[in-house]
Amino acid sequence: MADNNAPALIGTSGDSLREAFGKALTALAADFPKLVVLDADVAGGTGVHHFRKAHPERLIQFGIAEQNMVAAAGGLAAVGMLPVVTGFACFLERAYEQARLSIGYARRNAKIVASHPGLDVGPDGGSAQALEDIAAFRAIPGMTVISPADPVETALATRAILEFDGPVYMRTGRSPARRLFGDDHVFEIGKGQIVRHGCDVTLVACGVEVARALDAAELLAEGGIEARVVNMPTIKPIDADLLERCARETGAIVTAEDHNIYGGLGSAVAEAVGKRLPCPIEFVGLNDTFGTSGEPDELAEHFQITAPYIAAAARRAIERRKALQ
Amino acid sequence: MSIAAKLIDRNDAAPSFATGPDIEAQIADAARFTRRHAIAAIYRATSGHPGGALSCAEILACLFGAEMNFWPASVNDPYRDRFVLSKGHACPALYAIGAYHQFCSKQEALGLRKLGSPFQGHPHVRDLPWVETSTGSLGQGFSVAVGMALGMKMQRMRARAYVLLGDGELQEGEVWEAAMCAAHHKLDNLCAIVDYNKMQSDATNEAIMRLEPLADKWRAFGWTVFEVDGHNIAEILSTLHLAASTRERPSVLIAHTLKGKGVPFMEGSPAWHGSVKLTRQQAADALTALGASPEDIKDLIDG
Repeated sequence: MADNNAPALIGTSGDSLREAFGKALTALAADFPKLVVLDADVAGGTGVHHFRKAHPERLIQFGIAEQNMVAAAGGLAAVGMLPVVTGFACFLERAYEQARLSIGYARRNAKIVASHPGLDVGPDGGSAQALEDIAAFRAIPGMTVISPADPVETALATRAILEFDGPVYMRTGRSPARRLFGDDHVFEIGKGQIVRHGCDVTLVACGVEVARALDAAELLAEGGIEARVVNMPTIKPIDADLLERCARETGAIVTAEDHNIYGGLGSAVAEAVGKRLPCPIEFVGLNDTFGTSGEPDELAEHFQITAPYIAAAARRAIERRKALQ
Repeated sequence: MSIAAKLIDRNDAAPSFATGPDIEAQIADAARFTRRHAIAAIYRATSGHPGGALSCAEILACLFGAEMNFWPASVNDPYRDRFVLSKGHACPALYAIGAYHQFCSKQEALGLRKLGSPFQGHPHVRDLPWVETSTGSLGQGFSVAVGMALGMKMQRMRARAYVLLGDGELQEGEVWEAAMCAAHHKLDNLCAIVDYNKMQSDATNEAIMRLEPLADKWRAFGWTVFEVDGHNIAEILSTLHLAASTRERPSVLIAHTLKGKGVPFMEGSPAWHGSVKLTRQQAADALTALGASPEDIKDLIDG
């Protein structure tokens, strides 16, 4: 196998979400005998190399051909297998129509797990940074969309999507991720959770932005603002009950995501809040622009999705709420 | 599966039509029914794709009437053979052959393209489980069939996957991704059939995007290639049988066909590829050319 003398993979040393996913998938193989993993020659990058090493006979190589891989997942599911399609988020987007027809429309129990989403991709640059994947997959009827926040949650979400009967799109992440949750953490599809209490404003985040939202809450606390932080790992179906409660109890919301502000978490939150209990919402994310090369933290700063910008958005949301009162 | 084996298998499996030595005649009857029913459904729908439905009637009739281990009672049997109509726009022919073999009612299948009917303008597996997957976006059905063949092999099921592709469809890059993949994984339980009527939506393949040398392309991709007259039932049957005995490689039948076959004013004309509206007179003329009696024509058009 090509693993001999392979150069060290960049960014795989830490607890990245992709590594957490790959390890979890490997550990779950025994519990899901029909599980097969589909790879487009990026197993080393998606965390699936762990699975390949432990269960080579259950790793199906499709080569660099995502369209065929995604539609074939529909066929595998049709004959009783439990296929997990893996790849880089931007390249899985090229198989969007296959996901729409052969998985979504045919309502197959197939999972699509995308590593390398958002600015978190880093130096590979704008061409490789999928900033529209959540919006795209969210628009497929019946498609569940998940973006876990840390390695613990990623492992739990991996089990949850295998237990769930239906099509799922899940984001992992390339860069080492801060561990936010303890071993007692609970993940349930469709449920958000309050990870920091506060009643002045609610910060709703997913993926790598949950850590930044928690940092923003610290910054706001220094100024006397008690921000509530909601981890919202399921973007679809969104936890509208929790959002309604936050709208009622804090009256101002900020969303934060490593994604275009159009169509992603922010839009999903606005749809739910707008219908249930409208309140001022500020959106932190990519302002309808593509990414560029740089380290993930540099890019987050450059595109203004770090904690200070989330905190600033929180102050704006609070001002807007006050103006309404 | 061989015809003989099929006959034996069918003894206790509630066959949808009587079996016997004259199977070619029965398949010819099924193909005639398929053409008439498809034309009637497209006329009633006031839209639909007749050309490519007419060109594949014998191919479908051979698969459903003899080759495949698939009948209404086996729709939920995990060990059934799978058929995928990757050229989903030809579904009036699929619905017709399905009706002939009692996968659905003949009358209901005439409800093609109507609101509330499960017989949509392209096949949808959630409306009609026996169509196996949803198609209509060219190339995808082929990949789905590759996935089915892979999954059946991994589960050591002896069933086979059959997939019918259009020739214009071969211009989709995904088709060649799937072709490479099937050969790489040695899917000898996969049989592709190309309905090679040489025409696509706007014009001939040659004018739109050349496919030749087509057999060489498939060979180069690692497939066992057979060329057949796609309207010759005996030849199709014996070649499917040969394909089923191929080991370690997927097989493809390049079936040379005539677009619009059986309806003189449609034959060889790309004008009848697309979704067209048939006038009552055109429908009646087509049905007459297809050998329908005046009573049958009245039933098909008005019944």
